[in-house]
Amino acid sequence: MADRRFAGGRKMPGKLKVKIVAGRHLPVMDRASDLTDAFVEVKFGNTTFKTDVYPKSLNPQWNSEWFKFEVDDEDLQDEPLQITVLDHDTYSANDAIGKVYIDIDPLLYSEAATVISGWFPIYDTIHGIRGEINVVVKVDLFNDLNRFRQSSCGVKFFCTTSIPKCYRAVVIHGFVEELVVNEDPEYQWIDRIRTPRASNEARQRLISLMSGELQRKIGLKVLEMRGNAVVGYLQCFDLEGESGLVVRAIGTVCTLDKISNTAFLPACNSPSKEMKEIPFNEDPNPNTHSSGPSTPLKNQTYSFSPSKSYSRQSSSSDTDLSLTPKTGMGSGSAGKEGGPFKALLRQQTQTALEQREFPFFTLTAFPPGFLVHVGGVVSARSVKLLDRIHNPDEPETRDAWWAEIRQEIKSHAKALGCHAVVGYSESTSICEEVCILSASGTAAVLNPRFLQDGTMEGCLEQRIEETSPPGCGFCHIPYDELNMPFPAHLTYCYNCRKQKVPDVLFTTIDLPAEAMVIGKGCLIQARLCRLKKKAQAEANATSISNLLPFMEYEVHTQLMNKLKLKGMNALFGLRIQITVGENMLMGLASATGVYLTALPTPGGIQIAGKTPNDGAYEQHVSHMQKKINDTIAKNKELYEINPPEIPEEIIGSPFPEPRQRSRLLRSQSESSDEVMELDLSHGKKDAFVLEIDDTDAMEDVHSLLTDVPPPPGFYSCNTEIMPGINNWTSDIQMFTSVRVSRLSNINLTNQTLNKNFNDLCENLLKSLYFKLRSMIPCCLCHVNFTVALPEDEVIQVTVTAVAITFDKNQALQTSKVPVEKTLQRASTDNEEQLQFPLELCSDPLVSQPFSPAKEVLENASSHTGIPAAQRAASLDKASPLAEGHLRHRSVPSCTNSTVSVVKMTPLSFIPGAKITKYLGIINMFFIRETTSLREEGGVSGFLHAFIAEVFAMVRAHVAALGGNAVVSYIMKQCVFMENPNKNQAQCLINVSGDAVIVVRESELEMVPVQPSAAVSQPASAGDVTT
Amino acid sequence: MWCRVDPADLSPFPLPVSDAVSLRLRSGILEQTGATVDVLQSDTMDHYRTFHMLERLLHTPSKLIHQLHFQIPPSRQAMLIERYYAFDEAFVREVLGKKLSKGTKKDLDDVSTKTGITLKSCRRQFDNFKRVFKVVEEMRGSLVENIQQHFLLSDRLARDYAAIVFFANSRFETGKKKLQFLTFEDFAYCAEQMIQNWTLGAVDSNVDDMDVDLDKEFLQELKELKAWGELAAGEPLVWGLTSLSLCSLVCTSLRGKISVYNEMEANFKNLSRALVNMASKLIHTKDVRDFFIDLVEKFIEPCKSDKWTLNDLRLFLTQYMTSAHTLDAFRHQALWDRYMSTIKSCLLKMYHD
Repeated sequence: MADRRFAGGRKMPGKLKVKIVAGRHLPVMDRASDLTDAFVEVKFGNTTFKTDVYPKSLNPQWNSEWFKFEVDDEDLQDEPLQITVLDHDTYSANDAIGKVYIDIDPLLYSEAATVISGWFPIYDTIHGIRGEINVVVKVDLFNDLNRFRQSSCGVKFFCTTSIPKCYRAVVIHGFVEELVVNEDPEYQWIDRIRTPRASNEARQRLISLMSGELQRKIGLKVLEMRGNAVVGYLQCFDLEGESGLVVRAIGTVCTLDKISNTAFLPACNSPSKEMKEIPFNEDPNPNTHSSGPSTPLKNQTYSFSPSKSYSRQSSSSDTDLSLTPKTGMGSGSAGKEGGPFKALLRQQTQTALEQREFPFFTLTAFPPGFLVHVGGVVSARSVKLLDRIHNPDEPETRDAWWAEIRQEIKSHAKALGCHAVVGYSESTSICEEVCILSASGTAAVLNPRFLQDGTMEGCLEQRIEETSPPGCGFCHIPYDELNMPFPAHLTYCYNCRKQKVPDVLFTTIDLPAEAMVIGKGCLIQARLCRLKKKAQAEANATSISNLLPFMEYEVHTQLMNKLKLKGMNALFGLRIQITVGENMLMGLASATGVYLTALPTPGGIQIAGKTPNDGAYEQHVSHMQKKINDTIAKNKELYEINPPEIPEEIIGSPFPEPRQRSRLLRSQSESSDEVMELDLSHGKKDAFVLEIDDTDAMEDVHSLLTDVPPPPGFYSCNTEIMPGINNWTSDIQMFTSVRVSRLSNINLTNQTLNKNFNDLCENLLKSLYFKLRSMIPCCLCHVNFTVALPEDEVIQVTVTAVAITFDKNQALQTSKVPVEKTLQRASTDNEEQLQFPLELCSDPLVSQPFSPAKEVLENASSHTGIPAAQRAASLDKASPLAEGHLRHRSVPSCTNSTVSVVKMTPLSFIPGAKITKYLGIINMFFIRETTSLREEGGVSGFLHAFIAEVFAMVRAHVAALGGNAVVSYIMKQCVFMENPNKNQAQCLINVSGDAVIVVRESELEMVPVQPSAAVSQPASAGDVTT
Repeated sequence: MWCRVDPADLSPFPLPVSDAVSLRLRSGILEQTGATVDVLQSDTMDHYRTFHMLERLLHTPSKLIHQLHFQIPPSRQAMLIERYYAFDEAFVREVLGKKLSKGTKKDLDDVSTKTGITLKSCRRQFDNFKRVFKVVEEMRGSLVENIQQHFLLSDRLARDYAAIVFFANSRFETGKKKLQFLTFEDFAYCAEQMIQNWTLGAVDSNVDDMDVDLDKEFLQELKELKAWGELAAGEPLVWGLTSLSLCSLVCTSLRGKISVYNEMEANFKNLSRALVNMASKLIHTKDVRDFFIDLVEKFIEPCKSDKWTLNDLRLFLTQYMTSAHTLDAFRHQALWDRYMSTIKSCLLKMYHD
């Protein structure tokens, strides 16, 4: 990075002021005295200040002067503030204790934090956290001094993939992307002679600098587009090894307006029902004619996969398709059904979006009325060979790669009759010099009013006049019925009966707030491994390219089958991750299945044997069939899916062709006998039929049935919240769990590999359910799995999710409360009588492990963070458990805790609390290395400790900004490498989220200034299974 | 890092993982939750790792309060500290009064075998004792308060630790066979009495080691009781009025009230001499160590063999203490009270089977 400070002789528009106050719990650096002579170096850009040495103390009080850095705003955005704590040594070189990097970006826009002040963990890449340092940082910006256009101070960034809670979207401009590249310090020649510590620090600093630069550049683009914020900001690192380091980011540019009176905002605890009104009134006539530019319809642009691999369906569907004129754009139907309004809308949208190169939106949840129709998932992948990036300032190759993929996505969306892609995301998987680039999103038709400047006022007025459609609009197909881009069974919407809907709907977005569902949703995963030969460069890339379509197809089939097995008809939040390793490819798809009332009831799953004459075989097949039918019935009961019976004539009648009608009837009939019969005659039920023609297929059926449902009281989903549950409590717990599994490398086959992977994921979920048992009834929300293949025969799975307790039945609960209370009281007493014996006496407690734990936690959760004196008072008011709790409080002095509580959640909100202020994004990158892996508790111990440290540092930074929570938290990367022979390991973690201030809703009514009080302890579990 | 720890999950820590797992298995946890052994195993390992990370912090509880690694609700923090510093009666009786040195630590395997407490647990308890001792040993101010402040223990546990520190410092012998009937609670009570009355802190509240060391000046003065004691215990006919008077004063006032009057009268001389001799010898470290043995051998055992009731003992000691004041020749009123009130409390606490 060139030093820009002296580049153009520009004025200095900012002053950064830093004060080092004190340190605590420093490590002993001088063995002789058991003490430390610590001092601090404060560095920004090329300027460094030092504090005095505070001799012989582990809790130094420097209380330094204000160190002032006069810098331009460009540097303020790019550079991190670097604080190094050292031990003074008179005779030899000073020893570094550790560092703190502070991103000062949140101080650069006026609405966010004004000061960063607090205790920061001092971090060393070899030793981890070594004490804390108290720092105060301020920035004075002289905004009027020059027309800085190199910087983009003032643009707000949000990781949240919806419009942030205390803002209103005036305009949603669209897609923004940028990437910067550099050489990876780890692969520079100098790395051979410097210490691991120096190398790690160089890397951490570089990435910090690069993400600052990236953010600034994105900010510039935002200003160009006349926006003032980036929502759904997703920044990723590609560690390309020898070829370099890529930092890239995508986001959605918006013009946001702060809602001044936050009190009128709907509560944040659920994307609430109040959002139901939709400004857009849809034309009642189904429109199959598009007057816009003709959509180039290619068979290969199947919405799900760019390949033609949908072979199983093709035989029958091709004939179907061939009936429709491929170029005629439904000329026959136009006269009958032409909806002028819709056409107009389409044109409008088109013009609004055409100006943009990529009409993509990284948002997954939208303002009411924004989303008009959803077409389906579009995805594109490409395999690339990495080469050295020769000129970091012109990262054209990488740009071109992504442009190519985005172009493909765009054309897929077009094929689906959509002009936009929502819920858009990009990812990479790198192994040696091969890189898979992936992009996916949901093709959609959007309401143009949000997309243009100056139309908002009119829209708002219109909004009131318009009547709300029944919440099924987004399910209606956006594409031409007679010219479908892929085979699908269309029916009239089960909700409004006016427009066509597909039989299943896959999307990458969250369930729209207005969507009508029956029952609850559930997490559906497809897992798949494929072995591949080890190969070099070109050959490797080719074999991967060849494997990809098959993987996509199989993942899709698995998802479809599992969805049917659950008796559901739509997937939300679909995320398919394809990971490449030395000798295998892994596919993991996660989504949340729901039953949309607008879509038809899914048919069952039909097993068809290949050799119908074999009696024993026949019996086996029918046995399997029975098992599947039982499972479907059981799932329907479990997820409370009981759609009302609809007379068939009503649904069938609008269909002109009798042939199609009969097909339709079949697809929604549930009786298995009937299905069998009809299926044989028409062969249109491909999606529902599993042909057992070889052992592989048998295997598939088995794996379908081995997915165990979560234990009673647990639900899980990968969307923000669980459809069908809305009475959340404020008891939340975020966790991250990493599992590293070593495969025995003998005789690896696809089957054993699949089984291993499947077991790994299932066991991971099981252990989470076990750990969270005290939170029942609860739902695991935003379950996010990431798979990595760091080495041969090593699979690493990382899960982050949040568990939220909900009231099973509020009415029932209130009547039961008195009983429960006495029970809990009793258990507390019991615990105290035991005087906390540390060993052997656990039995009485084990026998009732739920109540005591829960009780203590609940009590605590309503009081932490409130000063001790106030605590008793609020306790009496708030908690009926006061008496029981008072006994706890007799345990002394722990109450004077100075550590402020910071909640962390991957959700964009905190149940039972309201976000009052966004303080800026947290984007942190850490490297941890050890040369004594065994001594640190092996892989598990090492990861366990590192993740705890990352959490601690995130919380400390948020607290220093004055925040008390992180929302939309995500661990974007967790790269673990191990060298057991040398007893070494290294791990890189990249996390991000939005620092916010939340206020509990109950407090909001009584004491508005009280900071949030509930506790959530992010927790993690490391695991090694070998 | 799994901070949502069940107290139940925490308890088996000094056990090897496998034992902890089987202990949890026996509790029927799998049946309750439908989990598998693998899950239980890995969950247990997680708890061990969490504990391993917490243990470092527990050594300096103030760090646990300020640490940023885990967000633990205050009540849970207090519970963790309290349970980590809890100790076993059987263990403390083995170690009480011993020097908290490496040598003692080496012998912990014997203690472990004898008490049935795992060696790991013994080590933890021993290290806790030693850590607390090291920190508060040279500190000004009240011993209990210092412990409470530095280790954030509950009042009750801090008092127990004060006793342990006090005993370790003066190295009171508590392990002899004759003393086995005494519980830790007995000793802790005696320690509290001695700290309150016999240390420097009892007279001056602002000196180093005030609650840990016995008041040397006081012990020196106690020597002076010897001369008078010999008088009191001597032959009444030869030495005249003094002793006769004390004996007669006590006997007269107790006649009819005490169930063992005859035995008391016969033994008065020996009992009285024992108490006074002990007082006069306390200046010697060796005799301080034998303090409890002396109390048992020279006082409690004779009384027990004569079948004194606790009430008899109380009446006797009260009378013995107060009667001295009525003697004209007695010049050590304050000293006598400071000594005797503590002795009386200790003896009454220790007088049981």
